Amino acid sequence: MSRNSDDFEAAIKPPTADTVAEFAERKGAIARLQHALHVNPALVPLFVLLVSIVLFTLLLGSRFLSPFALTLILQQVQIVGIVAAAQSLVILTAGIDLSVGAIAVLSSVIMGQFTFRYGVPVEIAVAIGLAFGTLIGSINGWLVAVMKLPPFIVTLGMWQIVLAANFLYSANETIRSQEIEENAPLLQFLGSTFKVGADETGRGGATFTYGVIAMVLIFAFLAYALKHTAWGRHIYAVGDDPDAAQLSGVNVKFTLISVYAVTGFICAIAGWALIGRIGSVSPTSGQLLNIESITAVVIGGISLFGGRGSIMGPLFGALIVGVFTLGLRLAGADAQWTFLLIGALIIGAVAVDQWIRKVSA
Amino acid sequence: MATPLVELKDISISFGGVKAVDHVSLDLHAGEVVGLLGHNGAGKSTLIKILSGAYQKDSGEILIEGKPADIRSPRDARRFNIETIYQTLALADNLDAASNLFLGRELTNALGFVDDGRMEAETAKIMARLNPNFKKLKEPVSALSGGQRQSVAIARAVYFNAKILIMDEPTAALGVHETAMVADLIQELKKQGLGIFLISHDTREMLELCDRVSVMKNGQLIGTERVEDVTEDDILSMIIMGKKPEAA
Repeated sequence: MSRNSDDFEAAIKPPTADTVAEFAERKGAIARLQHALHVNPALVPLFVLLVSIVLFTLLLGSRFLSPFALTLILQQVQIVGIVAAAQSLVILTAGIDLSVGAIAVLSSVIMGQFTFRYGVPVEIAVAIGLAFGTLIGSINGWLVAVMKLPPFIVTLGMWQIVLAANFLYSANETIRSQEIEENAPLLQFLGSTFKVGADETGRGGATFTYGVIAMVLIFAFLAYALKHTAWGRHIYAVGDDPDAAQLSGVNVKFTLISVYAVTGFICAIAGWALIGRIGSVSPTSGQLLNIESITAVVIGGISLFGGRGSIMGPLFGALIVGVFTLGLRLAGADAQWTFLLIGALIIGAVAVDQWIRKVSA
Repeated sequence: MATPLVELKDISISFGGVKAVDHVSLDLHAGEVVGLLGHNGAGKSTLIKILSGAYQKDSGEILIEGKPADIRSPRDARRFNIETIYQTLALADNLDAASNLFLGRELTNALGFVDDGRMEAETAKIMARLNPNFKKLKEPVSALSGGQRQSVAIARAVYFNAKILIMDEPTAALGVHETAMVADLIQELKKQGLGIFLISHDTREMLELCDRVSVMKNGQLIGTERVEDVTEDDILSMIIMGKKPEAA
């Protein structure tokens, strides 16, 4: 056998190895489905979303299946959707962020107060609000990555701190919508609408807000970053097994801090969109965003154990909640039915997740 | 004699009052395989993890090719061309073979985005060398068998032109045939001039594969012997009794 320096494969490859039996993919339909879901975890929420749209269409007809109603859902879920995108990043690292809603609200308050209390130009006030969200996120990340505190505890504490700071700083004052409209319309920018296909009187048709566009862009951007950058791959690796990631040479601390920082930044964008959505700057808004975003992420099929799931899932998850909310309201059902069904969906989603996990067993 | 590839000088590390590694010195030359033997908890893996950057020593010195090396993380170790196959394999279970192979040093294109096509092609190439039966390139590694996972970990260590290779129980999960392939691989890498630290429980295998064996017990180095100078019984008595065999 010739043995030049590049030839060691010849040494380790037994002469017959090339023709050893190949195991053809002979799996049942169930196993194939399980595998497909493992590879594309967003398929389940997409399927549930489509089925729920079909069901409500059968139930409500064109009252539900109209460009107007469907884009109304988009408008109603934009804030939760944006926050869910941020929450997904943290949950992919096997963490959780309970402070997302508080960061969003205080960021929006900062944008408003800097403009109106200090007379800072509104563009700069918005930038300061975004920077503030990023800063709080970075502190969360530092506490988790460097101080090694559990994410649940860190963000539970940060939630209280930020929320209390929010009420103290704003003195519980709302900045009225009219005032913003006259003096600082940029604050409401993400709430401004444009219509596609409305009739001459401006009724009906698909109505979009820039907040909806922002939500879609954030999901598209994160989906691309998670799939096509080393940073994205490291997020999955860290969520999967931080020790293995560390030993493989991944900078685990940087990855975690950057994830929480990006999450804070995106929450601040959600805060900005919140001003657009409700018109005013209100320190009491967005109280349920943390729970709602976690709901969207879980229904979206991202594993709370980290390392698994597609960022598009939470978008579908948020939309499912939106479809149920609007559909049941149009059907005249008690709003509690929405919560009941969402609760069932959450448990169902986690059950499906556990089942998919068995593909590796 | 040439400068050793690696010199570990007087290395110590404690975990909460327990001296896991107690003033141990070892060296490794290019083209040499040095085996580390000892009971579980003897300190072999801990010592080796200091060299691979997973742990940081309390005291002592590491010299690479005669120069002091400051190794504080696995990334540092890689800069000194030290590659490690960990006992736990250190694979990210939900990522596929290519993502694991290049984890922490992804191939990127001109725009800085990961180049999956090239990484998969490179992975297919090296896996064809290491484990010709390996076909599941796109599966998460959690779906692979123990031997296949092991070959991914080995591929990751040998792909990047290591000078110093640390193998912690590389054959623990392997069948007879695959174990023989690893033995051949070690011989081949040795010929290419790599220095290899090998940890195993299998004394006989160690005597076949290694040039020298070092025995540890309770964190201390009992002794380092050339394999031609000792018998399996000598080694076993060092492992169990913690002392060198009496000169006959």
